[in-house]
Amino acid sequence: MPAPKQTKRFAFALSGVVQGVGFRPFVYQLAAKHRLNGWVRNTSAGVEIEAEGAGQALDAFSEELTSLNPPQSVIKTFKQTEIPLTGEEGFEIKPSQSLAGRFQLVSPDIATCTECQKDIFAPRNRRYRYPFTNCTNCGPRFTIIEDIPYDRPLTTMKNFKMCPDCQAEYDNPLNRRFHAQPNACPICGPRLWLADKTGTELSNTDTIAEAAKLLQDGQILAVRGLGGFLLAADATNPQAVATLRNRKRRPSKPFAVMLANLEEARKYCSISKEEEHLLVSPAAPIVLCRWNKESPVCPETAPGQNYLGIMLSYTPLHHLLLKEINKPLVMTSGNLSEEPIAKDNDEALKRLCNIADYFLLHNRPIYSRYDDSVVMYEAGEKRVLRRARGYAPYPVQTHFKGKEVLAMGPQEKNTFCLLKDGYAFVSQHIGDMQNPETLDSFEETLAVYLKLFRSKPEIIAADLHPGYIATALAEEWSDRLDIPLVKVQHHHAHIASCLAEHGCDDEVIGVALDGTGYGLDGNIWGGEFFCGGIKQGFSRQAHLEYLPLPGGEAAIKKPYRTAVSYVYTLLGEEGLGFFKDIDPEKLDIIKSQLNKKLNSPLTSSTGRLFDAVAALCGICRVANYDSQPAIELEAEAKDTEFAQFYPFELDLDKGIYLIRLKGILEGVLSNIKSGKTAAYISVKFHNTVSQIVLDTCRKLSAESGLTKVALSGGVFQNRRLFRQVIQQLETEGFKVLTHKEIPSNDGCISLGQAVIAANQGGL
Amino acid sequence: MDKTKILLAHGSGGRLTHDLISKYLVQSLSNPLLNKLDDAAVFKTGGNMAFTTDSYVVSPIFFPGGNIGKLAVCGTVNDLSVMGAVPKYLSLSFIIEEGLDITVLEEIIQSIAAAAKEAGVEIVTGDTKVVNIGKADKIFINTAGVGFIPEELDISGSNAQPGDAVIVSGTMGDHGIAIMAQREGLNFKMAVESDCAPLNGLIADMLKACPRIHVMRDPTRGGLATTLNEIAAQSQVGIELDEESIPVKPAVGGACDALGLDPLYVANEGKLIAILPEEFAPKVLSAMKAHPYGVDSAVIGRVTAKNPSRVSIRTPLGALRILDMQSGELLPRIC
Ligand SMILES: [Fe+3]
Ligand SMILES: [Mg+2]
Ligand SMILES: [Zn+2]
Ligand SMILES: [Zn+2]
Repeated sequence: MPAPKQTKRFAFALSGVVQGVGFRPFVYQLAAKHRLNGWVRNTSAGVEIEAEGAGQALDAFSEELTSLNPPQSVIKTFKQTEIPLTGEEGFEIKPSQSLAGRFQLVSPDIATCTECQKDIFAPRNRRYRYPFTNCTNCGPRFTIIEDIPYDRPLTTMKNFKMCPDCQAEYDNPLNRRFHAQPNACPICGPRLWLADKTGTELSNTDTIAEAAKLLQDGQILAVRGLGGFLLAADATNPQAVATLRNRKRRPSKPFAVMLANLEEARKYCSISKEEEHLLVSPAAPIVLCRWNKESPVCPETAPGQNYLGIMLSYTPLHHLLLKEINKPLVMTSGNLSEEPIAKDNDEALKRLCNIADYFLLHNRPIYSRYDDSVVMYEAGEKRVLRRARGYAPYPVQTHFKGKEVLAMGPQEKNTFCLLKDGYAFVSQHIGDMQNPETLDSFEETLAVYLKLFRSKPEIIAADLHPGYIATALAEEWSDRLDIPLVKVQHHHAHIASCLAEHGCDDEVIGVALDGTGYGLDGNIWGGEFFCGGIKQGFSRQAHLEYLPLPGGEAAIKKPYRTAVSYVYTLLGEEGLGFFKDIDPEKLDIIKSQLNKKLNSPLTSSTGRLFDAVAALCGICRVANYDSQPAIELEAEAKDTEFAQFYPFELDLDKGIYLIRLKGILEGVLSNIKSGKTAAYISVKFHNTVSQIVLDTCRKLSAESGLTKVALSGGVFQNRRLFRQVIQQLETEGFKVLTHKEIPSNDGCISLGQAVIAANQGGL
Repeated sequence: MDKTKILLAHGSGGRLTHDLISKYLVQSLSNPLLNKLDDAAVFKTGGNMAFTTDSYVVSPIFFPGGNIGKLAVCGTVNDLSVMGAVPKYLSLSFIIEEGLDITVLEEIIQSIAAAAKEAGVEIVTGDTKVVNIGKADKIFINTAGVGFIPEELDISGSNAQPGDAVIVSGTMGDHGIAIMAQREGLNFKMAVESDCAPLNGLIADMLKACPRIHVMRDPTRGGLATTLNEIAAQSQVGIELDEESIPVKPAVGGACDALGLDPLYVANEGKLIAILPEEFAPKVLSAMKAHPYGVDSAVIGRVTAKNPSRVSIRTPLGALRILDMQSGELLPRIC
């Protein structure tokens, strides 16, 4: 029995991801273990604890709070202060408290844990085959949260009253479902049903079995999941997949495939240890894995690809469905191309009735729309390509702690970013702002973030492009809130975003290889080399030479136009002899367009250079989806390796290096004429771009003394190029900074805008 | 002295000016008010008068389907007519570059006379200035016009109501493409003519069919997309179009495709947009189709309460796309 004078009382305040992750039961059990009295509660700022007991026990308790914390929790701040004793008996979990203006991090949704998986497959369990099973370690979070603190009345589960059994679990600190806000069972929780296109419920005894049978028969199902509807089809049935493509108006963009488990996944892809970790991680993203082309997943699933996007079942519903059908399922977002994913039953029945044959519906409302995330493991790291389910709204930590910034993001692959108290909350993937429904979804999602994170922006940031819808929106907001608007050049934002992700304040060489972005000179940039940093600003030191893009966006959709332009501009009239199979009238119009500079903006884009080369190789003359020519050109190279590259020149012009492309075009054309394969040209071209990066960085480093290089831009999603550039730069002794948690494509723009604006906002 | 060319003296107010006015202008455009050659035309008015002006600096001055003179009359007639006004009198003012062939001027004046006659308007006052070579590009024309609006009409860009139908009177983009092809010497397989025409006759027939037209506009510079955005903002409504129902001549579609342009942003000079209660749409549409300037008329969309001041378009692929105002040059936004 310890002497009374050794008794102490401590108050703890923790923040981070500490709600919805089983933190309070963990504290409760820890207190019990150390025989402490006191209480724990959630607040809108995090978790507060008061604990009283023996000094030694308290020390152990304090240490274990941060060392044994639940797997899904992340502790960002930890404060401990000694306070007077109260002598209270027992340890209690107190009701949550909302603190004005305080916010806390919100957990992303978490894939079904192994224990819950056991529950739904155990015939004696009361949750046997129940599709909405979850616990404090798994289940919906962000998608059902209407406000903080995270408590059932503030979620979309508020209308489901727990049955006595569920309530008992919910109230028992020793139960896995203690304060699991979405806790439910077949008696009291949400319900699943199958409906036809008209929304009429089909009466059947076993919904899952019936749904599986329909899929088996080649039907297309719209399946309501966590963040919205997914369209499901049998991935081994070419006809079903073709029908889905047809109806979804998505001729060739790859579909993702869902698999029951890792074991299943290995039948279709070769999966590395690291990819395995990603697949089974709580976020359960789509992982791009090397596709075993002999496997029964039909080629229509991802035409022209060497990698297949696969994910494992991440909700009980998926587990049940996949177990039942025992086949890989195409699972693609429930929308027409370009639209946001449908989330409500009525909305889905209206918008998807021409795509899906049947609907698997449920009545647990989805508050926030959330696509599946896409990641790859490349160059020794996880690389997020589309950031949504499982990752957002988890923030990037920065050191910008002054004014609150709202950055509106780019036109396509839009995300926005709220910068507050050093946290950069990059929203989940929102999509193409040219689509009105996406724009609505942007506004909805922004409202959720502003509320959840108690944000009142003091600065608005946006892209410089005069035609971006997000920029027009930024102008409106800036007027309405009467706060300053900072416009940020697209590729400055790219590099700043990469630096922000690394918490890097230094001056670097920034390499932005990208599709298109509006430049400071009004031209379209995308092959840019900068020196500078977030605090220092960026100065353009080198870029691909300017070439005309005849027809602007038309050239991006029809890469042969770019090929004609590049060949004609760099090699003159005789180069055009190459394009014998293009309608001479069309060719003639493009030529006059180029001669007269009609609707032919100038560009230094790397993406367009890929387009031109892909089109010349006959790989992709018309692009059906973003970056298709570059993706197919890369795929063409397979695993071929050799060292040659095409000649190019660095030309110093008014203090800026122009990277001359004539030698590359000449080389490609002469290789084609001499019958070299597209694979050969692809490898040589990738080598060339990598060599351009290396040579330019060498030059800039020699002049500036800078040895850190930051890489950003959509072109770095090209795995071969990305790998090669990093390897060459590192061999040369450069320190290379790359994107990991935030995509290198335009999904990163909002983060870059936010930190640049915060810096310019006079902090 | 070259008698076949316009000289600076033609604009000096002296003998040559007088000759030019009496010989070419008054003769061709003759009407009692103009013939008086007073400093101002004097006429009686009553009720609501509409008054508008526009300057024409098109290059080239002759193009398939018309010339700058016809354009100067039709443009002003149309601006008055889409307000519901019956156009009556026009002013006509030239700024001519020294050295212009007099025969060119003559031809322009003939077109002006013909267009005025067709539209039933009178040119009642005017002016001519000549400037040094290089100070103007061949010829610039300004016209102003007045017309009278019947009491019962209330037509304005701010009158669009949710549920209204959106109608266009014909194919989009003809004028802009005709001008561009001519100016840049582009050899399209199919020739394109400007649609330049006075629309007051067509409008009179439309108003007979339905006096309750809410909005009328001529989608000139910036084309259909820009004009609809202006209307959506003025009326605080949304407008949703169906791309497949918007008439575009194959030749214009082909030319736009070749150049990477969107016909919905290309100028028209003989087309109008009408927005009116849906129930009158069939009646108005059949009246329009019966008129030579409205044969290709079509309902192209509807006004919505949702998304005020936003224009969106359903593509043939079924997806909706925002059709926004374009600022200046068309720069790619896709990645
Ligand atoms: Fe970009
Ligand atoms: Mg006008
Ligand atoms: Zn669980
Ligand atoms: Zn229950």
